[in-house]
Amino acid sequence: MRLELIKRPQRSMLFSALSPFIAFMLTIIAGAILFALLGVNPLKAFQIYFIEPVSQVWQLHELAIKAAPLILIGVGLSVCYRANIWNIGAEGQFILGGIVGSIIPVLFPQFEGPLVLPLMLLFGMVGGAAYATVPALLKTRFNTNEILTSLMLVYVAQLFLDWLVRGPWRDPKGFNFPQTIQFNDSAILPELMPASGRANWGFVFALVAAVLVWILMSRMLKGFEVRVLGSSPRAGRFAGFGINRMVFFAFMLSGALAGLAGISEVSGAIGQLQPVISPGYGFTAIIVAFLGRLNPLGIVAAGLVLALTYLGGEAVQSALGISDKVARVFQGMLLFFVLGCDTLIHYRIRLIGFATPKLEAAPKLEEVH
Amino acid sequence: MSANQDGANLLEVRGLTKIFGTLTACDHIDLDVAKGEIHALLGENGAGKSTLVKMLFGTLEPNSGEILWNGQAVTITSPGFAKKLGIGMVFQHFSLFEALTAAENIALSLDDGSPISTIAAKARALSYSYGLPLDPQSLVGDLSVGERQRIEIIRCLLQTPQLIILDEPTSVLTPQEADKLFETLERLRSEGKSILYISHRLEEVKRICDRATVLRHGKVVGHCNPREETAASLARMMVGNDVQAVVRAPARGIETAQPLLEIRALSRKPATPFSIPLRNINLTVRAGEVIGIAGVAGNGQGEFFESVSGEVPQQDAASVRIRGKDAGGLGITGRRLMGAAFVPEERLGHGAAPRMKLSENLLLSRHATDGKVFVGAGGMVKSDAIYAASQRIIEAMDVRKSAPDPEAAALSGGNLQKFIVGRELDRRPDVMVVNQPTWGVDAGAAAHIRQTLIGLARSGSAVLVISQDLDELFEISDAIAVMHNGVLSKPLPIAEATFEKVGLLMGGAEPGHVEHVLETS
Repeated sequence: MRLELIKRPQRSMLFSALSPFIAFMLTIIAGAILFALLGVNPLKAFQIYFIEPVSQVWQLHELAIKAAPLILIGVGLSVCYRANIWNIGAEGQFILGGIVGSIIPVLFPQFEGPLVLPLMLLFGMVGGAAYATVPALLKTRFNTNEILTSLMLVYVAQLFLDWLVRGPWRDPKGFNFPQTIQFNDSAILPELMPASGRANWGFVFALVAAVLVWILMSRMLKGFEVRVLGSSPRAGRFAGFGINRMVFFAFMLSGALAGLAGISEVSGAIGQLQPVISPGYGFTAIIVAFLGRLNPLGIVAAGLVLALTYLGGEAVQSALGISDKVARVFQGMLLFFVLGCDTLIHYRIRLIGFATPKLEAAPKLEEVH
Repeated sequence: MSANQDGANLLEVRGLTKIFGTLTACDHIDLDVAKGEIHALLGENGAGKSTLVKMLFGTLEPNSGEILWNGQAVTITSPGFAKKLGIGMVFQHFSLFEALTAAENIALSLDDGSPISTIAAKARALSYSYGLPLDPQSLVGDLSVGERQRIEIIRCLLQTPQLIILDEPTSVLTPQEADKLFETLERLRSEGKSILYISHRLEEVKRICDRATVLRHGKVVGHCNPREETAASLARMMVGNDVQAVVRAPARGIETAQPLLEIRALSRKPATPFSIPLRNINLTVRAGEVIGIAGVAGNGQGEFFESVSGEVPQQDAASVRIRGKDAGGLGITGRRLMGAAFVPEERLGHGAAPRMKLSENLLLSRHATDGKVFVGAGGMVKSDAIYAASQRIIEAMDVRKSAPDPEAAALSGGNLQKFIVGRELDRRPDVMVVNQPTWGVDAGAAAHIRQTLIGLARSGSAVLVISQDLDELFEISDAIAVMHNGVLSKPLPIAEATFEKVGLLMGGAEPGHVEHVLETS
């Protein structure tokens, strides 16, 4: 027996729209099997995983804190992926945004006032964008594969941060803990509604970014350029759009948004630099981007769903004693099912048995047209 | 209908049907091919000819219907099985590896483990005996298109087929090469082999085919003896109604008209090992005239189009001049802003983005030239304006479509081409450069496009048409130049040009070519 994928002549619009929901249902079913195998009642586990983390107002604030970086990064990545440019290194751009944005509060803690925060955010965006130009430069100049270079630069960024907080930027009065000094008050991203919970302005940045990028992609000439170059590069060249300029644009835009997410996380949720400032937001945002159909508004919804998997993972760990790595499992399954559904929208599966060897030899030329 | 016992028919097809989604590409096709005949399969592009032969060669599975081979019902499940039966096929688009030799390419398809030297010797002997001389040791990348076709034919003959299917074989040949091919086909017929000859060129079908089956919209509309028909009556069967002839008013005072497009000593190094270098090309197109560039495919036309359009700019700014100003250093957008418009050969993926709406495809080539109309403050696209403009073009060019603003890929080839040409005409460009204006376009749409190109020239623009279709060039051009191996001949005024003269130039017989050989040696 052998499986073969055959391209469908037409995509079903209905299933294109339903695909994220089907993928989510399949994830739930597979998750139920997973919990049952671990000896936990799946219904109870789901109650703890998906319902309890969002049953009180302060918990919704936590959800917004987790969703903000996912949405910011995911929105930027959607521009890259629409342009057929594969930036896998948002995690690194996030970290560099955190580091560069922290230059002022760490090195010039005596500098205070209303200018500090805007400058930090600007520095964060510049840091993320600058770091993203490295794979862009390598791709346009040396034709390297951006998937590999952007991914490898993540590890460089992680180790660089680790070295900074253990070395030159370590808090001299911090009892040798690997962390910088606590940021002063004017370097802290304010909370939105301090009365009800911790959610900060990062979530607002994420929503604004999503709306702006949605306008860019659907209403502006630049977005048209992104879509043309991504879907038919030769037509893009005929239109006079430069593919190299697009590589820089997409990388720098997504790098800037990842950098903004990085400094927002550091100055909002953490308040200082630590060896690890991200539970893998840069990678999870890839799932967010695809789950949101690469549409900035869909990404807002997808970001909230993925944020919930983080909270649920923590909840099952404390309530049931299951490792919080289960969150990673859920995220992985979700991406797997989304991509699987998308593949089946474009292709149908054909079973080919060994009983009819003549058929087996037939090359499928339907796609050649 | 002939009975199964009747041994005269090598191949019989009964009610063969193939459905792709909602499209019935072949609808209950009946076809008989007798032993020792050349049978033409006639039809416009999209009539279902290729789908039918793909089913006969086992690369597509029919939805219903049967195929009888020597009176026996067979299910052709793969090309390998078709070859075993004795069906050979020469495709329109060659499937050869350019980096391998002719003999190696043949060995790959034979797949019987015999050593290359044996195959090479067999191929050489066969090729000479059929008057198609071929050096089996030559690299495919170095061969002309006509020679590559020989490899395909020899490869097919080595399997000693009884039925040979040829898909548009002369579309890549010079008239002289085509004559040689016809001799070979007649020789094969005299040996009792059957040939299924697919074409939309009526004259050659009349010349060599014994019988013809005409397809239109996936259905058989008639069987006939092409020798008893006229080209006009065959065309009527293919198209379904009379095709309007293109009218070309003589161009007056061209010699003194202003040159709008000038190409001066344009040379270009090959971008890849298999692309053609351009060698010292000179050409002037004046206001009011249509100049045609003939040539066998793959002689540098694509490279030439890229250089003239500015998709690949030149080092030397004076090598391309538009309306008297240097444009060689500019990209395609800069050249458009100087008043030039371009239509590339490939429609889907080059001239249009397949998955985008027609209105968005309008923006593709006109976002800069009509920036004020289509793009507002801050780079916002004015979707109302592009929609209105695309509807205006659809109206003017009679583009038939199923939705108000469909995706480009949803249109038939002819209708999309009408839109792409109309998109550029709508700007009233001073210079229009078109590569293969009617390739794969049905006869009615082709006549419309040709007429609009002549009309554009007569209204004072310079029109340059690159085409492999000689009939088309003779119909619309005021002068014809020939591109061969990256060299462009002097344009022949249409009054002096004949098929024979142009054909000889297409084969490389011109002083310019000899000069080049001297240069490089």
